[in-house]
Amino acid sequence: MTDKVNESRRNLLIATSVVGAIGAGFAAVPFIKSWMPSERAKAAGGVVKANVSKLESGQKLQVKWRGQPIFIVKRDKVLLDTLSNHDDRLKDAKSEKSIQPDFAKNIYRSQKEELLVMVGICTHLGCSPKVYPEIVPQAFDSDWQGGFFCPCHGSTFDISGRVYNGSPAGTNMVIPPYVYVDENNLIIGTDKLEGGA
Amino acid sequence: MGLRKTNEKGILGWFDQRLPVMDMWNDHMAKYYAPSNFNFWYFFGSLALLVLVNQLLTGVWLTMHYKPDAAQAFGLVEYIMRDVPWGWLIRYLHTTGASAFFIVVYLHMFRGLMYGSYKKPRELIWTFGMIIYVALMAEAFMGYVLPWGNMSFWGAKVITQLFGTIPWIGDVLLEGIRGDYNISDATLNRFFALHVVAVPIVLLILVFLHIAALHSVGSNNPDGIEIKDYKDENGIPKDGIPFHPYYSVKDIFGIGMFLIIFLGIVFLKPDMGGLFLEHDNFNIANPGSTPEHIKPVWYFTPFFAILKVVPNPFGGMIVMFSAIIALFLLPWVDRSEVKSIRYRLMPFKLALTAFVTSFVVLGYLGMVSWGPGEKLLAQALTGVYFLYFVFLFVYTKNEKHKPIPERLTH
Repeated sequence: MTDKVNESRRNLLIATSVVGAIGAGFAAVPFIKSWMPSERAKAAGGVVKANVSKLESGQKLQVKWRGQPIFIVKRDKVLLDTLSNHDDRLKDAKSEKSIQPDFAKNIYRSQKEELLVMVGICTHLGCSPKVYPEIVPQAFDSDWQGGFFCPCHGSTFDISGRVYNGSPAGTNMVIPPYVYVDENNLIIGTDKLEGGA
Repeated sequence: MGLRKTNEKGILGWFDQRLPVMDMWNDHMAKYYAPSNFNFWYFFGSLALLVLVNQLLTGVWLTMHYKPDAAQAFGLVEYIMRDVPWGWLIRYLHTTGASAFFIVVYLHMFRGLMYGSYKKPRELIWTFGMIIYVALMAEAFMGYVLPWGNMSFWGAKVITQLFGTIPWIGDVLLEGIRGDYNISDATLNRFFALHVVAVPIVLLILVFLHIAALHSVGSNNPDGIEIKDYKDENGIPKDGIPFHPYYSVKDIFGIGMFLIIFLGIVFLKPDMGGLFLEHDNFNIANPGSTPEHIKPVWYFTPFFAILKVVPNPFGGMIVMFSAIIALFLLPWVDRSEVKSIRYRLMPFKLALTAFVTSFVVLGYLGMVSWGPGEKLLAQALTGVYFLYFVFLFVYTKNEKHKPIPERLTH
């Protein structure tokens, strides 16, 4: 054994190791990718239809989209009027930090004022809030204007799903993409009619 | 001809010529010299090993009757409980074993805090132990999802959602963990694979490393001094006694006492009043119905309370993980030259008491629903929890202490 390093062998060794490491990187791709939703899960995550003809004011219709509850809540004039009088109590009154299609970036957070379509999942840690549509004092809020209350960690939202100050949740509840087929039927999961249904 | 030399005869000799059987036995049992002053707190390492064996054994038996299928899982657990011969016992041993695992591990860790077992030269033992603890939490969390009760579902949802709060990569990460857009059959299936195969293998390797590192540097003891500093002419620590038979017998006594309590719970109160098996989990998973009060099983509740203290979910996750990382850093946070609480002064004793109290009370707060009072208390106790590490780092720079003995005191 000599102390001399055979430079060309050493370089070959390094080059081989580098190529091997790159190869290992590529080999990891299928293992990581296989954790992502399968084609079947993606297909099941398509669109859902809802018929709202029988919905009365203050009532909630619940459908499932991508395994998440979608709340469809009908609101009357009284409830809609509450939406403009408590901006100062909201974290994100203009929905600037929140997720919604562009058409819902207003105080009603909906396409048609009276009908709220919303992902029924608390933006804090994913529980499902309950709707309290009556404008009466509640244990969690003595000045309750109607809205949603999350039983897990006490987040409160107004009847447009906008989060109140003091809630653990940081943003308003998510509005999914949806589109009206006609007066009483809508499709949730897409905002374009063609090809969606 | 290539065979090893041996003093043994017969079958043992045949093996010893081909595998260092006697060396292994001596290194780890008959000639592993442990300090002669082990007390009550030194039961919990061997008990953790016992519970691990219990979990592996009962776990394998449970997989013989269970299928990780969202449509069948809940019913199959009931099937195990009612129709499988002795299935109820095997399942209760497994569910009670999960809680017992955390009880002995928490006591084992507390022992380390008291007697400075994490300190040099045992930093690596502590680090492996902490990784075991984290792996154990992952194992317990995924195991809890398998019965597919409603708390399984919502617990999984809330905890996986944490990863969804990470900026930029959160959404993709969340879909990657769940394998779907929500907790679903795909999630159940992969949690089963990880719970039954991947994490147990990792745990076994870590336990091996934990014990290998321990037997390399030797055990600490309630006096926190090194018995290897005083050896007799044969190189045997003067204050050391062979692990076998002295401590193997002691541990068997501990195992007997433990089994009386453990089996008492298994037979008489396996749900521990909703603490070990939560009431909401006796209902099948329902994505459309959130339980009134979502909470993890008791062994996670201190961290769950810390998570809830921070209003921002991502911030909460950072603080919660910091609470665990802080424990990893203990060997380097504590700069004292003295290990054992016996020779440390009142400030350390008070700080350790405050730390343990904060952990226990946070554990309680993590189980109950909060008003403003509970929130304030949880915030304060989270502060106490982290202040312990700050205090320890500063205080141990020039810590005054009682004189440390050179040999063990009995």
